[in-house]
Amino acid sequence: MAKGKNYSQFLVGRDDGRCVKCQACVRVCSNEVHSYDGKTDSIRSDSSKCVGCHFCEEICPTEAISIERNKSQLRKNANWTQDAVYNIVRQAKSGGMLLTGMGSDKNFKNYFDRIVLNASQVTNPSMDPLREPMELKTFIGSKPERVAVDRPGKLMKQLEIATPIMFSAMSFGSISLNACKSLAKAAADFGTFWNTGEGGLHRDLERYSSNAIVQVASGRFGVNSEYLEKAAAVEIKIGQGAKPGIGGHLPGEKVSAEISRTRMIPEGTDAISPAPHHDIYSIEDLKQLVFALKEATLYKKPVGVKISAVNNVAPIASGIVRAGADFVVIDGIRGGTGAAPLVTRDNVGIPIELAVAVVDERLRQEGIRHKASVIAAGGFRSSADVIKAVALGADAVYIGTAALVSLGCHLCQKCYTGKCNWGIATQDEALTKRLNPETGARQAYNLLRAWSMEIKELLGGMGINAIESLRGNRDNLRGIDLDENELKILGIKHAGQ
Amino acid sequence: MKDKKRKKGRRIIIREDYCIGCRICEVYCITQHSQSKDIIKAYKFEEGLPESGIFFEQQGTVSFAIQCRHCEDAPCLYGCPTGALYRDKKTGRVLFDGRKCVGCWMCIMMCPYGVIKADIKNSKVASKCDLCIDGEFPACVEHCPNEAIILVDDRGVKIEKE
Repeated sequence: MAKGKNYSQFLVGRDDGRCVKCQACVRVCSNEVHSYDGKTDSIRSDSSKCVGCHFCEEICPTEAISIERNKSQLRKNANWTQDAVYNIVRQAKSGGMLLTGMGSDKNFKNYFDRIVLNASQVTNPSMDPLREPMELKTFIGSKPERVAVDRPGKLMKQLEIATPIMFSAMSFGSISLNACKSLAKAAADFGTFWNTGEGGLHRDLERYSSNAIVQVASGRFGVNSEYLEKAAAVEIKIGQGAKPGIGGHLPGEKVSAEISRTRMIPEGTDAISPAPHHDIYSIEDLKQLVFALKEATLYKKPVGVKISAVNNVAPIASGIVRAGADFVVIDGIRGGTGAAPLVTRDNVGIPIELAVAVVDERLRQEGIRHKASVIAAGGFRSSADVIKAVALGADAVYIGTAALVSLGCHLCQKCYTGKCNWGIATQDEALTKRLNPETGARQAYNLLRAWSMEIKELLGGMGINAIESLRGNRDNLRGIDLDENELKILGIKHAGQ
Repeated sequence: MKDKKRKKGRRIIIREDYCIGCRICEVYCITQHSQSKDIIKAYKFEEGLPESGIFFEQQGTVSFAIQCRHCEDAPCLYGCPTGALYRDKKTGRVLFDGRKCVGCWMCIMMCPYGVIKADIKNSKVASKCDLCIDGEFPACVEHCPNEAIILVDDRGVKIEKE
């Protein structure tokens, strides 16, 4: 059949007993699912266009709309799942690669869910964070070999963060300026850091630049001396968890006047970040860039390197630390993206839990753990994930998806279409307005606050009063439903031990 | 007493940068001025729904909803021959008494913001924003999903609904 119907993943339900035909849904849906017919005074919904972002559901004043999964199902097949079949249908039509957004939705074994935390009982006292001071302050950067009272030594520049949570690199371009503003303000207010991604530093964001980590990626978009001077730290991006080994591509239609000015590229041209850095083919080359950036910033700013978690991540991280990086960011397979080939996102890379564990272990074995901070990224869903990552050896974590969810994102995975109804992953003026940076900043701040309180509560339960004391303290973790090899890699004992 | 003072200077601020054009403000304005004040009952079962006191304007991607500014020197008050439009001395609001209105529409001619409407379908009197005199908090402010309509006090500080 040459012309097939569009398969609808969702069914848009409308309770006519509640719908007052105010047409708010008609006005707001960027996918044009809803339409009003004046002749019959009725609203119709075309489910085949629905992406499941739930924006209309949110806006409907009478809760008349419900987005449900399409009940029509193919014959059950463990191998040929519905997604597998319909992906082929889509590709048979388009002849192209399948694109997607956000982190992988594949059911990878989640190690965080199989790790449990310790608590103090009888033999050591637990603490009450409401009564006793708890310290979440973390310093990112290279630490001196040893510190002695009589020989204070020179402490390299550190990033001081009030909580071990920072916002991941998301460029102005991949997300809207209002989304950037929200995150930047929340980070500045809370005393943590946000990351420009490879999008340059927009002039409206300059006021938050003392809380900005700026990225130098393979396209070098927006990089100049002013950019480096204004930032708190510089991050060289080698890879991204959602798409290891792949560059970036911001389509020309998204390159508006503001983006063109910020990235320093002509308006309307595609912004293509190459897959590799063309000047980095070895650790020695990386060292040159690290020190070029350190020279450029007069050795006053930490310079870090971000890689995606892949095979041999531990020796790679070791090389990065030896190349002079002050922090290493490791982005796991569940890391998010604005656009990536589906096949890459769902099949390339390794989970962050394993990567953090092996990197921390390797750096300790080699005696260079103090030379760089380790930042974990990729799929952190809750404060429990954060604290487990810290106990596995991370200094801090980057949150991207969680931060966007706090701004409204409902994980429909259609970031690459540029039609984000929540005003996040879009440059369409009519849509970007939907994210009010005041409310966005408030919500992202609240998320940081809530997670920080939860971390304090968990720390108190373990009888620990500073997050520093938990870092790499794997004795406070136990594994459930993990085999011997997995426990060995994670460096933790089984729950029964 | 302090609260009352603050109430006097309350103003609604319209921020077109954040208006998403959903027109939910109109829905809630109508609901607030209906008999039942219940959205489903009002829309489904009530006859003669009032006109919205908030006016939605849109051109291209720019949109905003505006309601009576309750001007200090309100032209509509000069225009009204019957005193149907009057200033409430306590709150400073420009209010409207439907029983006195004769439907001459002078107020509509004189309003510089275009925020008075002729309620043709009901009683042929003018219709305008009363800052939700019955409610504690203006309905449009409360229900704007993106805080494009906010209420501020005389110092310009945003007032949240308690």
